[in-house]
Formats: sequence, C-alpha cells, structure tokens
Amino acid sequence: MSEAKIELRNVSKRFGKKVVLDGINLTVPKGESLVVIGGSGTGKSVMIKCVLGIIRPDSGQIFVDGKNVLKMDASEREKVLRKFGMLFQGAALFDSLPVWENVAFGLIQGRKMKRKQAKDIAIEKLAKVGLAAEVGELYPAELSGGMQKRVGLARAIAADPEIIFFDEPTTGLDPIMADVINDLIVDSVKDLGATTLSITHDMASARKIADKVAMIHKGKIIWAGSRAEVDDSGNAYVDQFIHGRADGPIQMEVLKP
Amino acid sequence: MNVFAIIGQVVLGTLAEIGALTRFIWLSVSHIFRPPFFWRLVAQQMLRIGYFSLPVVALTAFFTGGALALQIYYGGNSFNSESIVATIVALGITRELGPVLGGLMVAGRVSAAIAAELGTMRVTEQIDALTTLSTNPHKYLVVPRVVAAVVTLPLLVFIADIIGIMGGFVVSTGSLDFNAGVYVKNTADFLKLDDVTSGLIKAAVFGFIIATMGCFHGFNSKGGAQGVGRATTNAVVTASILILAANYVMTSLLFAN
Ligand SMILES: Nc1ncnc2c1ncn2[C@@H]1O[C@H](COP(=O)(O)OP(=O)(O)OP(=O)(O)O)[C@@H](O)[C@H]1O
Ligand SMILES: [Mg+2]
Repeated sequence: MSEAKIELRNVSKRFGKKVVLDGINLTVPKGESLVVIGGSGTGKSVMIKCVLGIIRPDSGQIFVDGKNVLKMDASEREKVLRKFGMLFQGAALFDSLPVWENVAFGLIQGRKMKRKQAKDIAIEKLAKVGLAAEVGELYPAELSGGMQKRVGLARAIAADPEIIFFDEPTTGLDPIMADVINDLIVDSVKDLGATTLSITHDMASARKIADKVAMIHKGKIIWAGSRAEVDDSGNAYVDQFIHGRADGPIQMEVLKP
Repeated sequence: MNVFAIIGQVVLGTLAEIGALTRFIWLSVSHIFRPPFFWRLVAQQMLRIGYFSLPVVALTAFFTGGALALQIYYGGNSFNSESIVATIVALGITRELGPVLGGLMVAGRVSAAIAAELGTMRVTEQIDALTTLSTNPHKYLVVPRVVAAVVTLPLLVFIADIIGIMGGFVVSTGSLDFNAGVYVKNTADFLKLDDVTSGLIKAAVFGFIIATMGCFHGFNSKGGAQGVGRATTNAVVTASILILAANYVMTSLLFAN
C-alpha cells in the first residue's frame, strides 16, 4: 500500500451539546480517490473543514504528508494549505468578482501571479470544465447552479493542487450534467495526479470517481473498502444507504405525524 | 430559574464577546503591517466609505451648523451675540458635532453595509473559500476596510467642519442679519488649530470603530438571511454606542486642561 497523504486519527468535534464527529479515523493514500458517503447531517462537511483548518477539532490528530497540521503555526499552515483545492458544497464563489477572477483568485492573491497571465490560465481551466471564455466576464449571480458548480470546480483545480476536496460535486445537478462533472473530476485527477477526497450522497457518482469508499454514520467511520467491495460489503448500514431504503439500521430523525 | 444563574450567564456571555472582539482586533491589526498589502482594495474601500458618504455627511453638517447658530442666538442674550454665535458654532462643530454626528451618520451607512456584505460572505462560505485559496480573510477583507475608514473619516470630518461652519454663516448672515465680514473674522480669531485636530483625531478613532464593528459582526454572523440581518443591526448599534462612549473619553482626555 502506498503512503498516506492525509490521515485523521480520532478526530472529534462537537457544537455545544451536539457531538458531530466522534473519533473519526480515516486515511487517504497518495494519488488515490476516496469517496465518503453518509446521510445528511452526519458531519461530512465538518470533517473536511477540520482538515482545511476552517474548523478546529476538539481532539485528535490530522496529518498531511506525515505532519500534524493541528500543531502548526499560522505560516506553516498556510504553506500546507497551498497544496489544497476545494470545491464547496454551495460553490462559495465570490459574488463581487467576475467568473474569471474567481477562478484565478488563488493564482493572483495566493501566488502573486500577474493578472494577465492568471486570466489566461483561468480561461484555459474554464474550457476544461466546458465553459466558454465569455462566461469568464459574467458574475456568479448570472450563472445557473450547474454552471456555478463548474466554475467552483475550475477554481479548485486552477492552481494544480496536490490534494482536492469535492463536497457534493453533483448535488442539485441534472443526471447528465452530474455525469459530465464526474468525468471532469476523474480527468482532472488523472491529469494532475492529485489525491482526492470527495463527499457525496450520489452512488452513481461514487461508483464513477472512487478508488476507495468510506461510510460515515453518527460521527464515526463505520465501513471502508474498495469500490468493488461496496456492493457486497456485508454491512447492513452500507447496504441500506447504497440502495436508498427507508427501512434498516439507519433511522432518519423524522417525526411521523 | 435561578437569578444568579441568569446573571452569571450574562456576565460570561459578555466576557466571551469581549474576548472574541479583542482576538479579532489583534488578528486584524497584526496584518496591517505585514505584507502582502492589498492597495487596490484599500483604494476601492476609500471610495466606498469616504466618497459615497460625502453627501450624507455634508448635509448633516450644514443643517447642524445652521441649527446651532439659531439655537445660540435665541438662547443667549442678543447683546454680544454676534461674536458668541460665530465662536460657539466654530468650536461646537470642530470639536464635537462634526466628528460625532459625522461618525454616527457614517456608522449607519458603512457599518451596516460592511456587516451585510461580510455576513453574506460568511453564510455562503465565501470566507472559508478565501482560506482555501491561500488568502488570509483578515488581511483581504478586514484590513482594507479598517485602513480605508481610519484614513477617510478625518477627511470627511474636515469637510464637515467647513460645511458646518458655512451652515452657521449662511443662517447668521441670511436670517439673523449678521455682518459677514465680522462673522468670518470672529470665526478665524477664536478657532485654533487644536480644535480642528482634536476633532480629526476623534474621527480617525471613529473610523476604526465603524469598520471594526462592521467586520466583526459580519464575520461572526451565522444562520442565513436572518443572521445577516441581526449582524447588520448589531454592527450599527454597537458602533454608535462605542462612538459616543469613545467621544466622551477622548473629550475628557484631550481637553483635560
Ligand atoms: N458552524 C457550526 N455550528 C454549529 N453546528 C454546526 C456547524 N457546522 C455544522 N454544524 C452541525 O453539524 C452537523 C453536521 O453538519 P455537516 O455540514 O458536516 O453535515 P453533512 O454531513 O455535510 O450533511 P449534508 O450531506 O447535508 O451536507 C449538522 O447537524 C450541523 O447542524
Ligand atoms: Mg455537507
């Protein structure tokens, strides 16, 4: 097995009384694509934000390239963050900036690239996600949800990061656009040789982009295996989730009238 | 419920808020002097905070100067009033009313706008996105606004001083039939440089308060549109109260002897 690019050990996080992460253990091997599946509100986004340092976990350790990021000072941490690209669940585009500047943002602000050169790269990345150069001049509010997702994807890969996080890349897209995005993810990972961690509820997407799959439930990783093993995991939780059944060990917190 | 529990909760809540604010100010101020500097953003903010506040501040100053002149004339005895009106208008505007009313008007306009903008960026994860693009949100969002406000508020107040004194002049010569030359001479004789600079120092402090309150409440807003609305209100209220309190403290320090 290849070395671990990212490793979470016993990571816990609570908000007030609500325990969201309850001792997460997870490893993403270098150059592989891990997909985390799990129900809504189980802490998937919080887990990713802990790795990025946007949320500080209460306890546990997080290693990136073997170094504990929670022990780092601000400047070391900033260096580590340069390795990352992130596609947010809600795209999180800067609505005060035109699309091309959104895509080029990390190059201009983070890497001090000249605006002209950064714009050329931005247009090239937009083309990769199937958007014309003219779209670059629009503002995010003028785009459809699917286009915003694609711009978010272009922004995530713009600086050729070593590690990319995708938070629900296909949610809210039609099935065809979803598959286009899946292809884009697979391609960008192949082109960049990146390590990726994706979150999704969408099993078609998971099957397409995953090397490995892990399932999170109630703040813990309850199952992990290769893509091929998902269908006969022998795990009742995983079975229920991938077949989308209301009956099973996972009880949704829904109040029945 | 236990009275002590409630008091304890309020005290702890207030202390926590003060702690958070102190930390926020420290994080932001420490970035003012460390490169990279975002000059383009500072200029953009100076335009928004300073230039677009001009009409509001000018109108406020003009009417205040006029009303002040009338008030002194009606309230005082008419004997000697010609020199008293000019003097009190000049001192009142430059020392107190120019900076305080100017500050309050800009607080209503600018603190609210900043809190709404940054609050929206917070709840749509745009601030988190900055972090993942190797850009420190304090440096990119807070510092330009604070610097721009500290620089432009004194300029605004200086203009307010001139227009306020003009307001007094227009009313005195127009409806009170004072002699224009005497009015100008009285103003020039009694107004000292210290009166003006003390007001400008106050204005710089108010600028800091306005931008910091807007940014702090915007940064800490949570929970969608309602949260942003609450942040906006809180920003204006706290900025206004802090301006009045700081004004009292500075008056007692600057004019102690
Ligand atoms: N900043 C926060 N403050 C308080 N609670 C939070 C915060 N962020 C997340 N939570 C809570 O943590 C839980 C997990 O949230 P998270 O966003 O990680 O869910 P998720 O697994 O990504 O769900 P989804 O699939 O719907 O995106 C939720 O119950 C949420 O209410
Ligand atoms: Mg999520």
